[in-house]
Amino acid sequence: MKLPDLTELALRNLRESVLRNSLTTIGISVGVASLVAMLSLGIGLQQLASRRLMKSGLFDTVVVTSRRDLRNFGREEERNGPAPAESRILDEPTRREIEHLPNVLEAYPDIRFITELRYEDKPHLTMVAALPPSAQTNDAFEAMQGHFFSSDTATEAILQKTFAEELLGKTPKAGVDETNVAELAAPLLGKELTMRYAQREAASTAPSKSANDKSTTPADQSLAGAAYSVVSREQKLKIVGVADLDPESMRGPTRARVFLPLKLAESLHVMQPTDLREISRVATDEPVYSSVSVRVKSPSQIKTVEDTVKKMGFNTFSILDASRSIQQFFKVLDVFLGIFGSLALAVAFIGIVNTLVMAILERRREIGIMKAIGASDGDVKRLFFAEAGAMGILGGIVGVALGWAIGQVINLGTNVYLKSQSFPPEHFWSVPWWLVAFAVVFSFLVSLAAGLYPAGRAARLDPVQALRYE
Amino acid sequence: MSSTDTASLNNAPAIHAEQLCRHYRMGETLIRAVDGVTLTVGAGEFVALLGSSGSGKSSVLNLIAGLDRPTSGSVIVQERNLAQLSREELAKYRLHTVGMVFQSFNLIASMTLAENVELPMRFAEVDREKRDGLAREALERVGLQARMNHRPSELSGGEQQRAALARALINRPQLLLADEPTGNLDSHTGIEIMNMVRDFNQQLGMTVVMVTHERALAERYAQRLIFLADGKLVGSESNSAVFSHPETIMQARTESSHEAS
Repeated sequence: MKLPDLTELALRNLRESVLRNSLTTIGISVGVASLVAMLSLGIGLQQLASRRLMKSGLFDTVVVTSRRDLRNFGREEERNGPAPAESRILDEPTRREIEHLPNVLEAYPDIRFITELRYEDKPHLTMVAALPPSAQTNDAFEAMQGHFFSSDTATEAILQKTFAEELLGKTPKAGVDETNVAELAAPLLGKELTMRYAQREAASTAPSKSANDKSTTPADQSLAGAAYSVVSREQKLKIVGVADLDPESMRGPTRARVFLPLKLAESLHVMQPTDLREISRVATDEPVYSSVSVRVKSPSQIKTVEDTVKKMGFNTFSILDASRSIQQFFKVLDVFLGIFGSLALAVAFIGIVNTLVMAILERRREIGIMKAIGASDGDVKRLFFAEAGAMGILGGIVGVALGWAIGQVINLGTNVYLKSQSFPPEHFWSVPWWLVAFAVVFSFLVSLAAGLYPAGRAARLDPVQALRYE
Repeated sequence: MSSTDTASLNNAPAIHAEQLCRHYRMGETLIRAVDGVTLTVGAGEFVALLGSSGSGKSSVLNLIAGLDRPTSGSVIVQERNLAQLSREELAKYRLHTVGMVFQSFNLIASMTLAENVELPMRFAEVDREKRDGLAREALERVGLQARMNHRPSELSGGEQQRAALARALINRPQLLLADEPTGNLDSHTGIEIMNMVRDFNQQLGMTVVMVTHERALAERYAQRLIFLADGKLVGSESNSAVFSHPETIMQARTESSHEAS
């Protein structure tokens, strides 16, 4: 029998026992819906998590610190490689070397310092950090009022919300954070801040060798007995943005409350804690960094970059391992959700088998007639397959729609709850197109599999026996 | 009909069964439904199988129809031994070579008459455009053109049997097998159906094998009567009363072939 005829006959047969077949199809739909609902929840949560984490800039970033910095990350690694006192200094040439490693997008120094800022002649003490131009894509600046730095050397500043409140003399309410960033930004944008800071000025440009120096490290050979001057300076900054950052979140450089463009911050030569530590070694104008953030092209390359940097003699830190266990968690979650979703489909599977076996009993005589007038075993088998398949496709489509609707309802409900708890709304429900296609195809295949036994049984019916059946 | 069909009427047998047996096992007992039947039916012949209930006449018909397989022996229809055909080949044989009518009509209740008549053409993969016309034509021939879109349950027994006849003939088989075709009909309607069967036999040159337990009916329409009892062939007689003048048959056939062309 040709496919259009087969389909037509199958649909006609389905219409004949419309109640039973509808119930079976609804069973499939519920199965598919639960599968779709479960999987889209898993996918949505995973997307939410990776969206949050990836945008935080932590997943593609390696933080490089010198082994000389005993307070920093990765102390356990000091056992390998050179001893802290003999290891390399994290200075500008090193930064450039790291930046030229394969798969590295950029390596920028982590410049941060605590200093005084004056606004309308009132002093405020806070942490200031430098941001590279690439930070613009960080989700911390998504809901920013104003704009990002107009250039990397602009004398501009972006304020964190709580600092903006402080400048305006508002006291943040404890617990619930209901401050409107737009309200805060309006009086501040375009205004001027005066930053007071300690500038490091090289006192001598030709370091001399110390006679008493017995150390053998190359750094020591060239640098000894040098000194800086530390000069108090002022820098006027224009407020260009107020960012709605969460001060509690773990977001590396964003823990500061005032941000400057990176090149500007570098040119200021602000005294850094490392300058003090290395005073006996470096007396050039070249800065020494406490840490360098290395942005890698993709999270998958983090490991190789980390290894290379470690071989260079530095400590590294990334939350790659954390991300790995998160990915693993979501894989497991998906599998579990999939299994739960499939359970309902398994019940639907049995429903299809039952319906078709009943249909064989009911249509036994009809099968006999069809065989008597020339239907082959294959025709009968294909007809039952087509009926199972049609129920599968129909159930699949309805199921996907149902699953999507359930998702929307849960999404809506949860967001209402989130709103009542003063959290921003989240979209943690995702039905990607491939899931729609997968669900319909899967439903079709499951239904065909369910039709396997009944179809075979119908095909094997003895026509003489079947015709005798009343 | 073509001249070869006319020739085959006089020459090759349409059906030849040799030592045909069909035994069933029911628990401990062996039931010999058909037990060593040997018979020959000529092409274009109208034969009646007669016998009481359980005589094996329907079993013989099922074996000729390819619905059942013999336990032993052979059924040769148009030079093919049905006992040796695969299930697939048997289905093709039923589709193209045999048309069947039954006592209980066996129309599919959920389909209209037109759909019922069309069904064998679907199995034969006849093009959809052709099917409608052919089904209409077949129903017109049995006088049911006005009832094409009715379901079997909306029709009388006679009308249902006429539709079944139209369906049996739709793929132009050479063999018409009828199992008690008038068993569920009143005598008047029965005669109407039998006249149609006789017309098909005479005008289209179809070989007809009819199972009946009504001797009178067989004597009125069949050229030859074959008697069965307990699965065995117990007698056979030519029905000279029906066609005493073979020339008349030949003449009728020639006329119909002219009409057809």
